[in-house]
Amino acid sequence: MGKKQKELLKVENLKTHFMIEEQKAKAVDGLDFSVLKGEFFGIVGESGCGKSVTALSVLRLIPDPPGKISNGKVFFRDRNLLELDWEEMRKIRGNEISMIFQEPMTSLNPVFTIGVQIMEPLMIHRNMGKKEARETAIKMLQRVGISSPERRVDDYPHQFSGGMRQRAMIAIALSCDPGLLIADEPTTALDVTIQAQILELMTEIKNKRKESAIILITHDLAVIAETCDRVMVMYCGKIQEVASTINLFENPLHPYTKGLMESIPSLTKKKKRLITIPGNVPGILNFPPGCPFHPRCSYRMPVCEKVVPELLEVEKDHLVRCHLYNGEGKNQ
Amino acid sequence: MTEFKKKGLNLLEEKEKLIRVNGKEKKDLLEIKDLRTYFPVLGGVFRKVIGYVKAVDGVSFSINKGEVFGLVGETGCGKSTIGKTLVRILDPTSGDIFYYDEAELKNAKEQRVKIDLAKLNRKELMPYRSKVQMIFQDPYSSLNPRFTVGDIVEEPLTVQRGKRKENKEVVKDLLKKVGMSEEYIYRYPHEFSGGQRQRIGIARALSTNPELIIADEPVSALDVSVQAQVINLMQDLQDEFKVTYIFISHDLSVVKHIAHRIAVMYLGFIMEMGPAEQIYKNPQNPYTKVLLSAVPKGNPRKKVKKHPLRGEVPSSLNKPSGCAFNPRCPIAKDICKREDPVFEEKEKGVFVKCHFSGEY
Repeated sequence: MGKKQKELLKVENLKTHFMIEEQKAKAVDGLDFSVLKGEFFGIVGESGCGKSVTALSVLRLIPDPPGKISNGKVFFRDRNLLELDWEEMRKIRGNEISMIFQEPMTSLNPVFTIGVQIMEPLMIHRNMGKKEARETAIKMLQRVGISSPERRVDDYPHQFSGGMRQRAMIAIALSCDPGLLIADEPTTALDVTIQAQILELMTEIKNKRKESAIILITHDLAVIAETCDRVMVMYCGKIQEVASTINLFENPLHPYTKGLMESIPSLTKKKKRLITIPGNVPGILNFPPGCPFHPRCSYRMPVCEKVVPELLEVEKDHLVRCHLYNGEGKNQ
Repeated sequence: MTEFKKKGLNLLEEKEKLIRVNGKEKKDLLEIKDLRTYFPVLGGVFRKVIGYVKAVDGVSFSINKGEVFGLVGETGCGKSTIGKTLVRILDPTSGDIFYYDEAELKNAKEQRVKIDLAKLNRKELMPYRSKVQMIFQDPYSSLNPRFTVGDIVEEPLTVQRGKRKENKEVVKDLLKKVGMSEEYIYRYPHEFSGGQRQRIGIARALSTNPELIIADEPVSALDVSVQAQVINLMQDLQDEFKVTYIFISHDLSVVKHIAHRIAVMYLGFIMEMGPAEQIYKNPQNPYTKVLLSAVPKGNPRKKVKKHPLRGEVPSSLNKPSGCAFNPRCPIAKDICKREDPVFEEKEKGVFVKCHFSGEY
């Protein structure tokens, strides 16, 4: 099977802009990436880097106005999602691509039972009757590890704890057996012990469903390391580095990736002092010209201030956007 | 020692809120004995007390001068409640908070006193407010948006010493120490990023020259790259000001990095306490062990494995009988359901609350 056939999602030159105070904020600025079948794909970055906007753009959930997907193509199973009309898009959302959000309390509807909320996509997309949908809902709850699902299916979200709510969210997202599951910071609001359980569940789901993929969005590199096969590092709306997880952790190339890894305190290694990245993440309206990371970068060269570096394949399947690795930079 | 303070201390001694101790023996700064903080739960038509949330349920520990003491645990384990009780934002239900202070009492020299902060009233507490300060988690809600940065940092000084001209200089100096420009004193909090706001919060805590700073999740709301900056800043300031920290966090890696000693909490109890290195290398309590195993290690060659801990933290309104951890414990036996284990010293400096300490 060629690479083309294995590609489930292919994003080409995606640009999502927001109009803020009559200025154009380039939240996502020219993304190119693809997610393969059976892959656990990670998107990592700090707040404001555009990782959530990427996910929302794929599902076309960007509020318009102020937001607008101004350019690009998003191919899912060889159909360009950005060209579909609203009705066709509805058939994709929650059915072929579904999403898990960060805060399970605000993304579940408090006035409906958990069961009704799992049944809803089944009845809309799968044309199931109430009885059949309810049985499937119970099966889904069991699958995500909720004990005595026959009883719990009639509970309201407030009767569930944080971890159980996130499990219920996963049950809703998986109910129609989607090809792509996008999880946006699914464990950020949870305790470490619950986080470990949810990550274990997601890994289990991924291993069972060979034809589908999961995109995990997080700010936590350690979570990526434990789960993902391939990672994309974002900064200021642009991809900075893409590589397999093992490659990225053992041989990070971009100064930003290196900095991120060094600034995390480690449980296993003893560090006397943390090495930090100076400065702050720039605001969305003041992205620096040239390489957006140059004001904080310790390898800065004159060219970085003017020219935006290209995303280049430096090693096999290891792409980096940095002047250090292209011809011009090497000479200087 | 001012005349005023001497008088105050003598008064406290008469009221039995102060005990004299031999100054040479004790190196502690704070000693907490069987501290309990309960929140009443009201119910029924007459809003009667129908139960208590036992947020902190009998903890004892002491803090040495100049150390960083880490308090870790999951949501609802009572770590923040301890922090708030120590600064008396919350009043303890029972127990003692002894604060050791340098003092000359009457004619006896080389004496220190211990003052029970839990028993002092608001007025008597005033002088100790400047010695124990707090840094809060959320840098967005802990700074008054209507105050300028200068006013925010100056306020503790004004309250403690009155409005003085030289306060402005102190504020400028503090801002420089936390890595901010002194021109910022006329700006407002909304003009700053999360990391900068947390620096302002730290400057405010340092303004009264405290001996103890209680930092409640000071870096949890920050981005990874900024988090490291604030941690380094806190360590630098400790070297410079010789201040003691109680560092409260749910992030075990951060606590391991900064703390000398650690207490692991669960449902209002301390399950294990000891030197940081030892606890992370060789945890004695099964809870500590599973908690540590749940932390992602950041090694892509070791993927997620079966996690031994099932279920979630029970509500502190209905705690399980016996050991609080027994329903989730991988090695729980009958005795764990019947008897609450004692928090005792198992090795030198290592305290464990478990019937089968070191057996998992």
